[in-house]
Amino acid sequence: MNKNCLLCGVGGQGVVLASRLIAFAAMEKGYFVRTTETIGMAQRGGSVVSHVRIGDEVYSPQIPEGTADVILAFEPGEAVRCLPYLKKGGMVIADRKIVKPVTASLGGDAYRAEDMISWLEKKTGKLLVVDGDELCRKAGSPKVLNVVLLGAASQTGVLGITPDEMLDAVRKNVKEKYIELNERALMLGREAGGM
Amino acid sequence: MSEKRILAMGNEAIALGAVRAGVRMAAGYPGTPSTEILETIAKHNDGHFHVEWSVNEKAAMEVGAGAAYAGARTIVTMKQVGLNVASDPLMSLAYMGVKGGMVIVSADDPGPISSQTEQDTRTFGQFSKLPVFDPSSPEEAYVMIGEAFEFSEKYQTPVLFRPTTRVCHSCASIELLPDMEVAEPEGFIKDTMRWVIFPRTSYLNHVKIEKRNAELSETLSDYERNFVLPGSGKKGVVTAGISYAYTREVLPEGVPLLKISTPHPFPERLAKEFMEEMDEVLVLEELDPMIERELLRVAGKYHLPVQICGKLTGHTKNAGENSSESIRKDLEGFLGADVFTAESAGGKTEAADAQSAAPEKADAAADNGEQPALPVRPPVLCAGCPHRASFYAVKKAMKGKKAVFCGDIGCYTLGNAKPLDMVDTCLCMGAGVTIAQGLQAVEPDSVNFAFIGDSTFFASGITGVVNAVYNKNDIVLVVLDNSTTAMTGHQPHPGTGKTIMGEVAAKISIRRILEGIGVEQIYEVDPLILPDAVKAVQEAAAGTGVRAVIFKSPCIAVTKPQNTYTVNQDACRKCKVCVRELGCPAIVTEGDTVKIDETLCYGCGVCSYVCPFQAIGEVKENE
Repeated sequence: MNKNCLLCGVGGQGVVLASRLIAFAAMEKGYFVRTTETIGMAQRGGSVVSHVRIGDEVYSPQIPEGTADVILAFEPGEAVRCLPYLKKGGMVIADRKIVKPVTASLGGDAYRAEDMISWLEKKTGKLLVVDGDELCRKAGSPKVLNVVLLGAASQTGVLGITPDEMLDAVRKNVKEKYIELNERALMLGREAGGM
Repeated sequence: MSEKRILAMGNEAIALGAVRAGVRMAAGYPGTPSTEILETIAKHNDGHFHVEWSVNEKAAMEVGAGAAYAGARTIVTMKQVGLNVASDPLMSLAYMGVKGGMVIVSADDPGPISSQTEQDTRTFGQFSKLPVFDPSSPEEAYVMIGEAFEFSEKYQTPVLFRPTTRVCHSCASIELLPDMEVAEPEGFIKDTMRWVIFPRTSYLNHVKIEKRNAELSETLSDYERNFVLPGSGKKGVVTAGISYAYTREVLPEGVPLLKISTPHPFPERLAKEFMEEMDEVLVLEELDPMIERELLRVAGKYHLPVQICGKLTGHTKNAGENSSESIRKDLEGFLGADVFTAESAGGKTEAADAQSAAPEKADAAADNGEQPALPVRPPVLCAGCPHRASFYAVKKAMKGKKAVFCGDIGCYTLGNAKPLDMVDTCLCMGAGVTIAQGLQAVEPDSVNFAFIGDSTFFASGITGVVNAVYNKNDIVLVVLDNSTTAMTGHQPHPGTGKTIMGEVAAKISIRRILEGIGVEQIYEVDPLILPDAVKAVQEAAAGTGVRAVIFKSPCIAVTKPQNTYTVNQDACRKCKVCVRELGCPAIVTEGDTVKIDETLCYGCGVCSYVCPFQAIGEVKENE
């Protein structure tokens, strides 16, 4: 198996942890894994891109443009920003809710989720938009967006990691007291992914 | 899956490799992208060795030198600009040599992504005459660092180890290896000729080093990490570091490749033999055209009829970092675009299609239109960051007055961003304090502020304050004391009362240091209590000589959030003063409405002082 999974979002959304969970699950299956992040100088609120590359014939830690099997976007504008990475026929899974940058508040720029989603619809053959806000509310915490999205992604099969394998990775990596919450989040994500 | 297989970040791999190599001393100063090396060593310290965050890189280098004199395997870690700070001891140490293996990790930052310069530690290796190891991946770094220790011990010289950001901060599956056999340190053996630097010994050492490096060049031509991947044809590629990884990702089959893992001393024979078979070589490297220059030297020395292409010839870009994409372009220019067939790695051809022709739907939407504008997400101070309050207090206090605001290295450089716009200069660690003095000498009618963080103050700010007091300079020193080294990920420092090992240490008081130097007018205030903060700055600004304001408030990342704040929509007149003045990420606008995002708010409360209509208040727990 050779898989390139690109995760993107905004600092503080749990993008990096999600990439670690995918990497963990892939390593459990015996695959060689490379990951890296491109994070700006911002501690919080900046664009975060996490690259997960699974398979042996892989040298660069960053996914070369045009070769990502899937873009898992925690924010629709960040999905648009990362589209050049997507390979022909690749899939985009994106959360619906936008995160406004401070500059938008200052300048009053119009930045709207609908524009991003419709652009993604226009540009990708396979698009799954997830209502992460609603699913997080159902799960019981705004902090499980990452696991919701992993649930959706594993359900579509695009990661090469099954929902059960993802569940196992979640169980082995989150603190005991948060396991139940994350299991709920994963299940809600799976439903969104077409279970 | 092997039990001993882990996913390790490059910096963790370097640390684990050093622990495996029997390191007994580890010292460094935080700096992106090197910081996690020392943190990981500390995590794996079973009490067998000494690990410390030194006060700066020079101190780390000297502490390390002492340990290596006594025969202990020693690692010293820093970022590339830290090597400048440590260069005084390093240049001399290169002449003196060591007994225990000593590896100096200096992490370079092509881009640069979070540095002031794009300097190249490999060039520093040439300048200091020290051997340099240049890993191209985390898994290679893990093994190479052990080899660097052995090499250092064998030749009794410190060696430089130079990873770059994409090696330091990427992760890879790594097979853990058994520990290396290392003898116990012998201890320090007195020997004037060996450990006391004098002009005469330096001359003799210089002769010795030049002879040794010539021999090492020969030895390193056989080092297994300097190697040729054979191919056919008369066009070859020479590469190193992370550029090797990008090159392997996209290089068409059959193109000969030379990988250089020890750029200094340069493996001359290996390079000569490679170039003898070539008409043209393309050098793919980041930062300085270091390998390219070496190849030119070798080709000149042996009169090789080979064209060497790279930065110096304009075939590759001479600044910024490489990527699979940029190297693919470089290779297209060198080999001809037709070498990249559809099935070749990297898939740029597909990439180009993905945008225009990807989905069938795209055709349906006859007009693809313009991509909607994407939000810019520049680095900003976090919501609740006490630096915002400190900068705002000074801004308020100095409104309408002539003042210059000298900044320094740390999160607070971000005070430069609008709307605060409170950093007028930033050069290097500790420079704000002294630049303010130079400005003052030329423009005495301006109030010159020097902002400096607590960790930076200890690292290199103190001498600047001594200079100001001694030379009767007239500045306002503003110490932004947030009780941590925030920008590099919250390391302890001499003011925090904690060591890297989590032990309690003496808490060194910045106030008492300033008093000891002779600063008489010192204010210590919480910047989150804005009126007090403004008043302190006004009084300091009105004084003469060296005055200091210590703004004490911990970084939000090391404290629990307080009660959040909220906008009372009935009282809010939608003037947006809070948005315009503070630029806090938690204050958001929705149309005309101003709201505070409770998931971002840390409860610093500064906005409640700024609102002219008292419309912002604390959310009480039980409400």
